[in-house]
Amino acid sequence: MSEYSPTILQGQQTNDDEILAKTPLDAKALGGDSSVVIMELLQRFKVRDVMKRQVIGIPRKATMREAQRILRENRISGLPVSEDGRLYGIISVNDIINGLDRGWMEDTVDMHMASNLVVLEAGMPISFALRYFNNYTYGRFPVLDSNRKLVGIISQRDVMRALLYELSVEIRKLERKTADKVSAPPPQSETRFFRREWAVVHNDLTGAGRAANEIKGILREKKVDRSIARRIAVAAYELEINICIHSHGGVLVLVISDNAVTITAKDRGPGIPDIEWACRDGTSTANDWIRSLGFGAGMGLSNSKRVSDFFEIESEVGKFTKVTCAFNLKKLEDPAAGGAK
Amino acid sequence: MTAREIAEKTGGKIEVDVEGASAENVYVGDLLSDVMGHAGDLCVLVTIQNHLNTLAVCTLVGCEVVVLCHNRPVPPDMAEGAKREGVAIITTPMSQYEVALALSSLPPSPRK
Repeated sequence: MSEYSPTILQGQQTNDDEILAKTPLDAKALGGDSSVVIMELLQRFKVRDVMKRQVIGIPRKATMREAQRILRENRISGLPVSEDGRLYGIISVNDIINGLDRGWMEDTVDMHMASNLVVLEAGMPISFALRYFNNYTYGRFPVLDSNRKLVGIISQRDVMRALLYELSVEIRKLERKTADKVSAPPPQSETRFFRREWAVVHNDLTGAGRAANEIKGILREKKVDRSIARRIAVAAYELEINICIHSHGGVLVLVISDNAVTITAKDRGPGIPDIEWACRDGTSTANDWIRSLGFGAGMGLSNSKRVSDFFEIESEVGKFTKVTCAFNLKKLEDPAAGGAK
Repeated sequence: MTAREIAEKTGGKIEVDVEGASAENVYVGDLLSDVMGHAGDLCVLVTIQNHLNTLAVCTLVGCEVVVLCHNRPVPPDMAEGAKREGVAIITTPMSQYEVALALSSLPPSPRK
């Protein structure tokens, strides 16, 4: 019987998600609090930063016994079945136990491997991986690049190790900042407007919608007409998602006065080179995994514009984008009849 | 139409039951921005998007019932969120088109 040597795949760094942040978000610029720092950390770190790049794999026609030997020798509990970077399945210790129990050890691994796999993409933020670990019972996930090629494997242990290290670095930075602080912030001046601000973190799709939901609650409390409140909430959600997907982080600001509500989305980000193009339905620069979640349809700005009574975009390439949507509280007609000016 | 009736018509299972959840029209869509732009108040949303953001969109457009096609599982965080926000979730083996046919007694969401 010939013995297979395990295949060792060396994962390549891919640039499949150029759109993702290049610069870390500065929590201080957002009014800084530690939860933003931690959230940002979970978004800034990508699966590829944490995964093991050396993946021990096995070809489809290797036997279950060979898989058992490789698992044992490498002290691992799961083995990707792959050839030339293409992932076909996973053989786990459980499959080996079943194989021993049922006399399948001379069968080839492709007969008993799990082939319906949950995989992660190298460009996904770590928060995503944590959600996957939470929602599925698997201890590890294979990682694919944008060409669906196996480039790594990630376990909960890999994530925890990286996060603990980075958290200690971040906490040290915060401690230093606190020590440097000499005076308390000046008291807020009295204002006749209601104003609230939310930090929106790049790529935090789990948290996206939080601000829009709270805005909806505030409008309900303030007894804003339901149809107007809905239009405001739709614009807020679209702008929040836009900051989350396309920028390097930013803020969503709600201002309510007697006659109007204004939602302003300000971000630090790549800016929009062609605003007219960006406002057209169906135009988007979102990447594949964002699209797989149902975002990036290219309707965010056009939806926001459609529901607003006033709509304005300012942007400087490489620096920022600021979108302002205003709503007339005295106007109760159908938004479809009105539209942005 | 109540969530229970929708589950019966689509051969589905109510994964998150919410008392009084119902729908008056239907919207089918997997692109959440599209759903947000076009779904009507009190629609049943027919989709494959089985995650929390779907619920965020439902609460914004006033949707109380979601039908997840192809028996897509409901992740625990989505189930918890749905209970909290009062959105019933049904899973069905049917495709989006099959669900649309099964719910054809309801009108589409009004055009905006």
